[in-house]
Amino acid sequence: MHWGTLRDTVQEKQLFQTRAFVAILGVVVITLSLLGRFYYLQVIAHETYTTLSDRNRVQVQPVSPTRGLIYDRNGVLLAENRPVFSLTILPERVEDMEALLADVQKIVDVREADIENFRQRLNERRRPFEAVALRYHLTEDEMARLAVNRHRLPGVETDARLVRYYPYGKLTSHVLGYVGRINKQDMQRLDPVRYAGTHYTGKTGLERVYEDELHGDVGYQNVETNARGRVMRVLEREDPEPGRDLTINLDIRLQHIAQQAMGDKRGAIVAINPETGGILAQLSTPGFDTNKFVTGIDHESYANLRDSLDTPLFNRATRGQYPPGSTVKPFLALAGLDSDTVTKSRVVHDPGYYQLPNSSQVFRNWKRGGHGDTTLSDAITLSSDTYFYDMAHNMGVTMMADYLRGFGFGSATSLDVRDERSGILPTPEWKRRVQGEVWYPGDSVNMGIGQGYFLSTPMQLAAATSVIASRGDRLAPRHLRSVDGGLPAHHLLPDVVRPPLELGRESDWEYVINAMVDVVHSSEGTARGINRGLEYKMAGKTGTSQVFSLDGGEYDEDELKERMKDHGLFIAFAPAGDPKIAVSVLVENGGSGSSSAAPVARQIMDAWINGFPEVMTEQAIPGAMQESELPDE
Amino acid sequence: MSKEFVRQMALDPDHFERRRSLMGRMHLDPWLLLLLLGVMGFGLVVLFSASENSVAAVEAQLVRMGVAFVVMLFFAQLDPLLYRRWSPLLYLAGTLALLAVMFFGVQSGGAQRWLDIPGVTRFQPSELMKVGVPLMTAWYLSRQHLPPRAMAILGTVVLIAVPSALIANQPDLGTSLLVAASGLFVLFLAGLSWKLITAMVMLAGLSAPAIWLYVMRDYQKERILTLLNPGSDPLGAGWNITQSKTAIGSGGMHGKGWGESTQASLDFLPESHTDFIVAVLAEEFGFIGVTILLTLYALIVIRGLFIASAAQSSFSRLLAGGITLTFFIYVLVNVSMVSGLMPVVGVPLPLVSFGGTSIVTLMLGFGILMAIHTHRRMLES
Repeated sequence: MHWGTLRDTVQEKQLFQTRAFVAILGVVVITLSLLGRFYYLQVIAHETYTTLSDRNRVQVQPVSPTRGLIYDRNGVLLAENRPVFSLTILPERVEDMEALLADVQKIVDVREADIENFRQRLNERRRPFEAVALRYHLTEDEMARLAVNRHRLPGVETDARLVRYYPYGKLTSHVLGYVGRINKQDMQRLDPVRYAGTHYTGKTGLERVYEDELHGDVGYQNVETNARGRVMRVLEREDPEPGRDLTINLDIRLQHIAQQAMGDKRGAIVAINPETGGILAQLSTPGFDTNKFVTGIDHESYANLRDSLDTPLFNRATRGQYPPGSTVKPFLALAGLDSDTVTKSRVVHDPGYYQLPNSSQVFRNWKRGGHGDTTLSDAITLSSDTYFYDMAHNMGVTMMADYLRGFGFGSATSLDVRDERSGILPTPEWKRRVQGEVWYPGDSVNMGIGQGYFLSTPMQLAAATSVIASRGDRLAPRHLRSVDGGLPAHHLLPDVVRPPLELGRESDWEYVINAMVDVVHSSEGTARGINRGLEYKMAGKTGTSQVFSLDGGEYDEDELKERMKDHGLFIAFAPAGDPKIAVSVLVENGGSGSSSAAPVARQIMDAWINGFPEVMTEQAIPGAMQESELPDE
Repeated sequence: MSKEFVRQMALDPDHFERRRSLMGRMHLDPWLLLLLLGVMGFGLVVLFSASENSVAAVEAQLVRMGVAFVVMLFFAQLDPLLYRRWSPLLYLAGTLALLAVMFFGVQSGGAQRWLDIPGVTRFQPSELMKVGVPLMTAWYLSRQHLPPRAMAILGTVVLIAVPSALIANQPDLGTSLLVAASGLFVLFLAGLSWKLITAMVMLAGLSAPAIWLYVMRDYQKERILTLLNPGSDPLGAGWNITQSKTAIGSGGMHGKGWGESTQASLDFLPESHTDFIVAVLAEEFGFIGVTILLTLYALIVIRGLFIASAAQSSFSRLLAGGITLTFFIYVLVNVSMVSGLMPVVGVPLPLVSFGGTSIVTLMLGFGILMAIHTHRRMLES
């Protein structure tokens, strides 16, 4: 070893070994320090990091309950939940939203309105990692195209969600109302825990009234998510409690016949079973397709509905307030008899007008020349205004109002109709308060024929008619029939008990009802036009309410003559001896009640009393839309 | 146990040699081989779950290990004299290659680290210098009287500084420091006086502010700041540290069990099968698993240092010691980084992390170690 000979190799080796020993010591100390670090992390601080780890991966997710279904009285499904495939975007995973939207538009049909809605939803409050819907009702084709392209569309997911669907659309719009996406106002009202997983809530109609029952209770699941928020597996689950299924008194067939009878006329129909108060039909025309509202209607369509002169969004049956006109006469007749203001034998001469004592003001009868000598019965059958002018003057406003209140006028009558309006039952106090004027005797006279300040809703008229039909039973109108397929539903309805309306003489009922039967069946009756081939006894009363009255303001801005025509009204029940149905019909600008409203009522009565046409099965009712007609919203 | 084991090895380093077994004839050190295989085997087990049960990843890693093993086997056959002879040339070639990188290198990820030899290959000269610097410093110092005098020390420092500076310039501060460390270990083992060591440490400490201000780049500063306060940006730069600490800590004493790492399988832990694989090991096998791994590493280092101590020439001793301590510094840096003791630098866990270059370089080093241990002149004893 020539290169080492001059050096002290032994000393060098010893020096190295000392250094190696120091190095080993260093390695051991450092290794122990590292182990100390791991001991700290894994043993001493273990709890902390376990918590962090669990918080990382485990998330509690609410599971929304399935909304309860709504059936009609025969078990026909009126509101159901359909799986809808929608395209959703998880904003947290999207880097360039504009570019992504442009890409998506190349693959599926996304309209500007969809994007507008999407942006709106994007700005609303939502939970982190909650997908936002861009388009609903994807076709199978679109699903397939999305599946193929999904890898290059980060954040885009397809999602099957149960979405409310109303098979009869327009036909049930004002009864069921609709559900819609929960918005800011809804959030203030709804329990955030119970609605943690819910996207929709009832906005109007029965969907709103029975929101509590229909919604059900939220469930929970603990899910393991990865760092990108995707659910990997469900660790634990507490199932939600589905909403309760409701059965309502409505008969969709009757509703359909009411719609057909109404045609394209504007108006309202309410049909009640006097024995139970159950609402058999409740229609306001024109209606609107509630399905469009479920997933969010676009601005243009909404503006069209909102600004339409026909006001399809307006529920005329429960919110339309009209002067009842002559339909109020049977109720006032009962009031006059019971208060002994008039007697059955009293005869009033009707020259075609009425004048208050010491006044030059003339109140005209609808029939020029008048009806001559009329009894109360004649006055109902012929609809003599003069008789009722006289009676109203004699009875006075207070007593009139008291009796009319007994029939349900002046307050909301039904148990589960949302936002039913109360109409106006005017009194001197009311006039002073609202109009700032004193009550003139002429006001009472006008009230005697259902004009002037007196306003009522078609719902109130039907309810009041039902009181006469049942000879005094005051069963509040109601939609709800049973829950969960047959269980009684009384506990869900407001506990309103109205004692029967009792008259001093029971015979007064029959007297007035007979006069109403004559309205339809007698050759003199104002509704005689509808009695051809009538096999059962129908009691009715026609009415015409002037558009140029207090209520007229809603329409008379329109310059069209058509919209200045009087509203036609008709109330009726049948069979007169043992009533099964009480109806009120309003035809806006229909002219006289006898020509516009009464024929509509006849068709409804015929169907209910004589039976529905054989062919009228569920499918035969148009409005039960087929899949292809699904709104593209 | 280790004391007994160590003593046995120290007293009788040729314990296995006597039998002239298969191991001896293949120029392999059975102790070292056993420990290396132990670490690699453990690594494969962890890799399987860290790569989300990817058989493909394990197979790819097995192939690399096979290649690395062949490399080790090859270098174990060479006589240490050969290494000695070729050291200066290798160092020179490496330094020239680093210079070439500076001028003709290929840009990748904001740094210029690769040298492209058209039609032949593409490699990182800095990787070569991980072996080149210990070889050269060992060669240089073995020619001096030891402990080294001032001139020798200065010469060594220059030999270390030139390639380190070139690598730092790429920029690749992590590798630069590791290359410098490999040279400094050789200097330390050569007997650098404690006074000087103290002085150098103090100098390093004093120059830290200057390094911070003038040498370090923004992203490097950010990494250090993140280490000090990972909560400052929990979803950004601090994410890696927070998630790996969470993985380690949630493993506890016994671990969650093989394949039960939620941090890795749910993608919370980044780089879970490469640089951060020890976090997965800690999560699944707990403190016990970590202790086993670190003990295996420590034993490899101790065995390496005994091989060095038992070597016959000064060159062999310095080279073997340098290679061994460099191996340890890799372990230290990676494990400290993952457990949140050091800033995040891209150093894989030796022999365990998924990836090829590092394993091959390391096994090459162990091949040299085995060559030193098994090629003995019959002069002594």
